[in-house]
Amino acid sequence: MKKILTFFCLIISLGLFAGQIVVGTAAPVKSLRKAIEMARPGDTIRLQAGLYKEGSLVISKPLTLLGENNPVLDGESKYEILLISGRDITVRGITFRNSGYSAMNDFASIKLVDCTNITLEKNTILNAYFAIHISNSVNAIVRYNRIFGIPASEQLTGNGIHLWKSNHAVIENNQVEGHRDGIYFEFVTASTISNNLSQKNIRYGLHFMFSNDDTYRNNTFRNNGAGVAVMYSKKVRMEKNHFEENWGASAYGILLKDITDSYIRQNQFVKNTVGIHMEGSSRIEIRENQFKNNGWALKVQASCDDNFFHHNNFTGNSFDIGTNGTLVLNKFEKNYWDKYEGYDMNKDGIGDIPYHPVSMYSMIVEENPTTLILFRSFMVSLLDKAEKAIPSLTPENLYDNQPMMKMLSL
Amino acid sequence: MLKLSRYVLYDILRNKIIIAYTLFLLLVSLSMFRMEENGSKAMLSLLNIVLIVLPLVSLVFTTIHYYNSYEFIELMLSQPLSRTRILLSEYAGVCVSLLSSFWIGVGVPVILYAPDATGFALLFTGTSLTVVFTSIAFLAAVRSRDKARGIGFALLLWFYFALIYDGLVLLTLFAFSDYPMEKFTLLLSALNPIDLGRIYIMLKMDISALMGYTGALYKDFFGSGSGVLFTAGIMALWGIVPLWLALRSFKRKDM
Repeated sequence: MKKILTFFCLIISLGLFAGQIVVGTAAPVKSLRKAIEMARPGDTIRLQAGLYKEGSLVISKPLTLLGENNPVLDGESKYEILLISGRDITVRGITFRNSGYSAMNDFASIKLVDCTNITLEKNTILNAYFAIHISNSVNAIVRYNRIFGIPASEQLTGNGIHLWKSNHAVIENNQVEGHRDGIYFEFVTASTISNNLSQKNIRYGLHFMFSNDDTYRNNTFRNNGAGVAVMYSKKVRMEKNHFEENWGASAYGILLKDITDSYIRQNQFVKNTVGIHMEGSSRIEIRENQFKNNGWALKVQASCDDNFFHHNNFTGNSFDIGTNGTLVLNKFEKNYWDKYEGYDMNKDGIGDIPYHPVSMYSMIVEENPTTLILFRSFMVSLLDKAEKAIPSLTPENLYDNQPMMKMLSL
Repeated sequence: MLKLSRYVLYDILRNKIIIAYTLFLLLVSLSMFRMEENGSKAMLSLLNIVLIVLPLVSLVFTTIHYYNSYEFIELMLSQPLSRTRILLSEYAGVCVSLLSSFWIGVGVPVILYAPDATGFALLFTGTSLTVVFTSIAFLAAVRSRDKARGIGFALLLWFYFALIYDGLVLLTLFAFSDYPMEKFTLLLSALNPIDLGRIYIMLKMDISALMGYTGALYKDFFGSGSGVLFTAGIMALWGIVPLWLALRSFKRKDM
């Protein structure tokens, strides 16, 4: 009872002390800049519908900035619209558009520097250089934002949601389109990225470097210039994401470079040029994923070791696995391969002869990419058959000893 | 001419080989689609049928048919009919019967089970290859009077287009691997109707893989409107030119 009473008192006192400032064309305060100056810590500013051109604004005290009926803050292609530095600040329901471009500074529509407990939600950001730029912050929550850039070249476009040296960030339910990297993480730890849609970005849907102990879950990365890149990180969990239609000469569902002790589970890789490309990665468990209609489901370079691939489905891929050498330090077990031609005498659902997922032709194509034009020809299938009988080019140790006979229901 | 074609068609239907061929195609296609869990694998097996069996059957059946109806042709030549009309009627009769086999045997199952872009690309390729190889077979048959030589030559052509040519291309690509070969391979593919058809289907089937590396070039070329026109145009040339050559030598020939 005492607790409830204190709680009520707290709410009432908050209601008494936290003021409200209404900003709008018809309201007493016409300028948002003035409202921010006037506001005391803990106040709420209600920004009414309208178009505001106020240059660069700075918030450095605990405030809640609420947009009502979608007000628009316009940067006139010159200014960084909103700079936030401080703690306990919320920005909700505002459209930011036309922030400035600078080759010297990373101009952003919303920039967070040295912040704690910031929430950015339900904002729309149009035509920005960097849309949301967060650095050196703790507990930043970015959710339900919609970000649409106009894709120019890699140099002229910034990232959609950019985080640098932060921790405990939560990025969820955002939509990012037409930026350089949809979501960018560098030195960000203990953070979560979930339920986002990142598509049609020039470079990566998600770009992730030196960021340990992060999770990304239930995101969709579609039709980005080069898919998703995860580099130089440890203990990353990737679960239930969709990687779709990342097409191009160096486009990957996921590019894993120097990743260790991570976990890739229950993801869908559909119609990518390469589903997962691994380089210098170790101790990753890859299980229960679907690889469907990719050019190469996996490209595992010889520099990877101790990775464990099990209970995945490989269906309709042009090549199951490509590799660049004969050294194999990874383990494949109990996957379903639609190209498996073995038998199961004892009816335990596991094929009796091992499956070699690297075809001879994938080795040839690795060496001379132009020869891809001969794929599916009669001669190539003869070569593949001959190689199966007497292996000479393909790595002998790369095999699945217990291939499943039936597709796994995932 | 229509009347003559009709006679040829009746004659072909009576000798039952074409019916067996139709049933074979139908049985293979249906069993592929029924047995395989996913349609794409069935399409893959059908691709091999279309690229290998179809040209072979077209070549062999056409040459044998030509030699078997040699006496009929001689009889027709004694009538007031132009040689062009006689050969074209023969061609039309054989072509229509082979095409109807293909459409009943492969077309109907594909439309029933996999009516998508890959399916239609397969049907386009199958139709073109039938037309092209019938006309190549006519050239081979008209050129040599000896039956064994004619059939042997047709088989050799099949062997060349289906197997040897790709081997030569692979050798070339490796011999010149230090040079940019993308445009050149485009040219090479146009020189073999089987390759052309295969690449056209591959663009629908293995698009993800083709988008990697230099593949984007093929996609840009074959996938665009002008690429489709190019494919259809080259296929048409492959159908028309051998037939025209056959006609020319048939007209001058001393029967």
